[in-house]
Amino acid sequence: MRPARFDYARPDSVAQALDLLATHEDARVLAGGQSLMPLLNLRLAQPSLLVDINGLADLNYISADETGLRVGALVRHAELLANAAVKTDFPLLAAALGHVAHDGIRNRGTVCGSLAFADPSAELPACAVALGAELVLASARGQRAVPAAAFFQGIYETAIEPDEMVLEVRFPRVPAGWHFAFQEIARRRGDFAMAGVIAGWQLQRGQVAEARVVTFALGPTATRVPGAESALAGATPGNEAAAEAACAALDNVEIMESGEYPVAYKRHLAAVLLRRALRRLAEGTE
Amino acid sequence: MTSSPPVQSEIGRPRPREETRRLLAGRGSYTDDVDWPGQLHAAFLRSPYPHATIAAIDTAEAEAMPGVAAVLTWDKLATVCKPWQTVSLAFPGLRSPVQHPLANGRAAYQGEPVALVLAASRALAEDAIEAIAVDWEEQPAATDLATALDPDAPLVHPELTSNLAWQYERASGDVDALFARAAAVVSTRLRFTRHTGVPLEPRSVMARFDPDAGILDVRMSHQMPHQMQLHLASFLDLPMARVRVHAPHVGGGFGIKMHVYQDEIAVCAAARLLGRPVKFVADRIESMISDVHAREHEVDARMAVDADGRILAFDIHDLHGLGAYSVYPRSSTMETLSALRAIGASYRFDGYRARADIVLQNKTPTGQYRSVGHPIACTVTERLVDLAATKLGIEPLEMRRRNYVRIEDMPMVNAAGAHVFDLSHHACLERLTTLIDLPTLRAEIDAACATGRLLGLGFAAFVEFTASGSEVYGSARVPVAASDTVVVTLEPDGSVRADASVSEIGQGITQGLAQVLADAIGVPVARVQVQAGDTGRTPHGGGAWSSRGAAIGGEAAWQAGLRLREEILKAAASLLQADPDALDIRDGVITDRVGAARMDLAAFAETVVFRGHELPPGASPQLTVAHTYRRPQDSAIPVNGIQAALVEVDAETGLVRCLRHWAVEDCGRILNPLLVDGQIRGGIVQGIGEALYEACRYDPSGQFVTGTLADYLLPMAGEMPDITIAHVETPYSGSALGAKGAGESGTCAAGAAILNAVNDALARHGGSVDTLPITPMAVLAALGRRVAEAA
Repeated sequence: MRPARFDYARPDSVAQALDLLATHEDARVLAGGQSLMPLLNLRLAQPSLLVDINGLADLNYISADETGLRVGALVRHAELLANAAVKTDFPLLAAALGHVAHDGIRNRGTVCGSLAFADPSAELPACAVALGAELVLASARGQRAVPAAAFFQGIYETAIEPDEMVLEVRFPRVPAGWHFAFQEIARRRGDFAMAGVIAGWQLQRGQVAEARVVTFALGPTATRVPGAESALAGATPGNEAAAEAACAALDNVEIMESGEYPVAYKRHLAAVLLRRALRRLAEGTE
Repeated sequence: MTSSPPVQSEIGRPRPREETRRLLAGRGSYTDDVDWPGQLHAAFLRSPYPHATIAAIDTAEAEAMPGVAAVLTWDKLATVCKPWQTVSLAFPGLRSPVQHPLANGRAAYQGEPVALVLAASRALAEDAIEAIAVDWEEQPAATDLATALDPDAPLVHPELTSNLAWQYERASGDVDALFARAAAVVSTRLRFTRHTGVPLEPRSVMARFDPDAGILDVRMSHQMPHQMQLHLASFLDLPMARVRVHAPHVGGGFGIKMHVYQDEIAVCAAARLLGRPVKFVADRIESMISDVHAREHEVDARMAVDADGRILAFDIHDLHGLGAYSVYPRSSTMETLSALRAIGASYRFDGYRARADIVLQNKTPTGQYRSVGHPIACTVTERLVDLAATKLGIEPLEMRRRNYVRIEDMPMVNAAGAHVFDLSHHACLERLTTLIDLPTLRAEIDAACATGRLLGLGFAAFVEFTASGSEVYGSARVPVAASDTVVVTLEPDGSVRADASVSEIGQGITQGLAQVLADAIGVPVARVQVQAGDTGRTPHGGGAWSSRGAAIGGEAAWQAGLRLREEILKAAASLLQADPDALDIRDGVITDRVGAARMDLAAFAETVVFRGHELPPGASPQLTVAHTYRRPQDSAIPVNGIQAALVEVDAETGLVRCLRHWAVEDCGRILNPLLVDGQIRGGIVQGIGEALYEACRYDPSGQFVTGTLADYLLPMAGEMPDITIAHVETPYSGSALGAKGAGESGTCAAGAAILNAVNDALARHGGSVDTLPITPMAVLAALGRRVAEAA
């Protein structure tokens, strides 16, 4: 299939890009295009204008300091995956990025693009929720920062207004003592996940002080599972009863009908992945 | 022949395929790589419904859109094109209605082409499709295999009284008595899900008609251009000599590109009608829904064995889902017969009963896809053999060993009516046992299972019937060529040019034939150029189907090469005043019998072509010779082998991982082991795909839901196991070279080996799976985890 007719602009500056978004009703931002172009080719999306931001070199930065990591809109998955600071300070991101599609797609697709697209089975939105990231949105009207929990609103639905674009994503420094485990399951390497779980905790005196459990590829968005998190709080790593209680809390997670995989199967997978993640955390690996 | 057979040094050599260099450099010439001036691009409006009548089609708005040259429906094409209907004497009473290149008032399957837009670009054509207004009246659709023959099932075609396309029955031996006296009877119901071939290059065709010369010129990605020439001439009422079909580089066929497709005929008819070139390249979305599908079967199978585990009889019922039309010209029902004939073909047995109900469905038509019905037969047979082995406590390979057709049994016609000969079951089995180091492997499996892992080892022996002879279609009055011709010429520079009636579809047959010709004539293989696939240049023949390239094309090349050698030596002998028996041709030089050079072949050729007056009187060397090979006996050449699969089942997720795969096969004389191994590997991967990944799925309302490669899971390199291949070579006794078919046997047995391996793993927990592809939910259900109902 070929896209329906669209106009194309390649702005030289962020200001110009924002101006285009403000003045065109049905515009979409083109960065890596790895999700957007198939949509256009299938005619599932028919924007009147594509705003190609690939010329905005200013948006291609990864900056790490004591406050955390800031990733600009043009950073490709492959670049973030290869970044030394990410490997040492954000191993969860490194683990997740390896599951994003295939090498070729990672070379072009962007981190912020994946967040803006908000596919329910995507890895990066789940990381953003797990790490308490915030997205900086810009428009001709100004900028605002939206925390991940409020950013992801539904299937391909985010807080982005029609005249806004994502400028960067900020991952706050991971406080000392936090460890995360990433688990995803797919039929073939690189496929959309059938189910995904991120589990993390911070230990104090050998017990879980605080836990974080995020599921993805189940409901309309990546979501924290407060019941699982409270089930783990105060437990010692490896405690079976706490793990089972956390898994039981998954029963409350919304799971969409998918056709090929029954809801009951996906719920079962989520529990399997959570158990595996907790085992990994207990073993001290991630 | 005057001289003794030439020394063979190229046949059997593992030469890389010459053509590959060009393809890898991106300099291939696939159908889409050429543009014709003034060409229009085609896009089709296809039925979104599984079954709908068309009350009206309004194309006015579409016709007025920018860049649109024409919007065509059947009534316009009818002025230049005839419809067609699949009829075959092999299937008397076959019910398959007339097919039109564009649906005539009713769409019988989702994806059926209804209107054709010709525009300056594909994008503009697709814009215009959105502007076509079709007045659809949805009709009840019959898509479910199990209920297709129910009295209240919707009719796929209202003019027919039922959905039964054809019925078949065959029995031999006193089957009921054999089952009655059996020490054990095993049974199974196996379900095979529709899937398809997915060639990397989608179906593509471009056509132009010169009204002054009355010539239709077609480039298309197809496995048998000569067959298409025949049909286009017939449908478009042109003499065959005025229809040229050229298949340039073809990016995979697998049987998908063997058939007559409505959209491709529509494109050629449009070119004829409009007098402008038309190009159509199917995109992946329309390929998934319009390429032939295959292998939708539900098989109830029973096998009777005696107390020693010897097979007594088979009793088979096959329910086969054919789709909306029986494919033209061969008939989709060939898959059924191919499956039923091959049941039990590796073994000795006395009784056989098979019944098949082949049903129409409001679904994509099915057709030949690699190995055709054999994977069904192999999976059913090998599952029954495993069940019997387990029931009687006989080791699975011993069970096979005990029942195999032995050398001393052959040739024979078995109770299914299959003719088997020149097979090597025991030799292949022994080779496999050594190859996999069975005792060590079993120990490894046991050790792994002791740690809680779930490993399984499965086997699948097979017989596949290859290189079909003219009896198969000829006696059915279906015009499919089963003989092949090679025309070979010695050029003035001593090089050799050959035009062959086989088709090169990426399997490397032209490389194989070059090696045969090099040996037959006595020239370096680098000096042999083989062309195929162009009705304007290569003789009429079978193209690529039924793994015939080496067995039939190879024979034609060998005989043609020997004839040319004889012509050369006869004339050279008179030029050199020697006895032809005293001469040889080696490495492009005419030599004496001990290899001393007498005359360069190039010098000889130059003399003949430019200085014929120097030849002695009476010498009239034919430097262009042809040989047509039609196998004089045996309607098919059986091949045999055995595969083994080692899998691991994840008991928590139900996912199956392929750990290792082995294949020992006997395809007779191997022309080029690299080519054969490539075919076997690719075939095995497609068989693994059938067993674990691929499914063309429809929802309860008949909507096709696996329409993209995100939903339709192809086996990918990352999931494939190491595949170890070994060969036994039992030449076909009925030909000079002894080559048999090699291209499809990988697919024949791979799925069966995987199913048996998974069931071996599951047996430790008392469960089993019986549906391909094996889904993780089915595995969990077999393990007793009631977490998921079947999808």
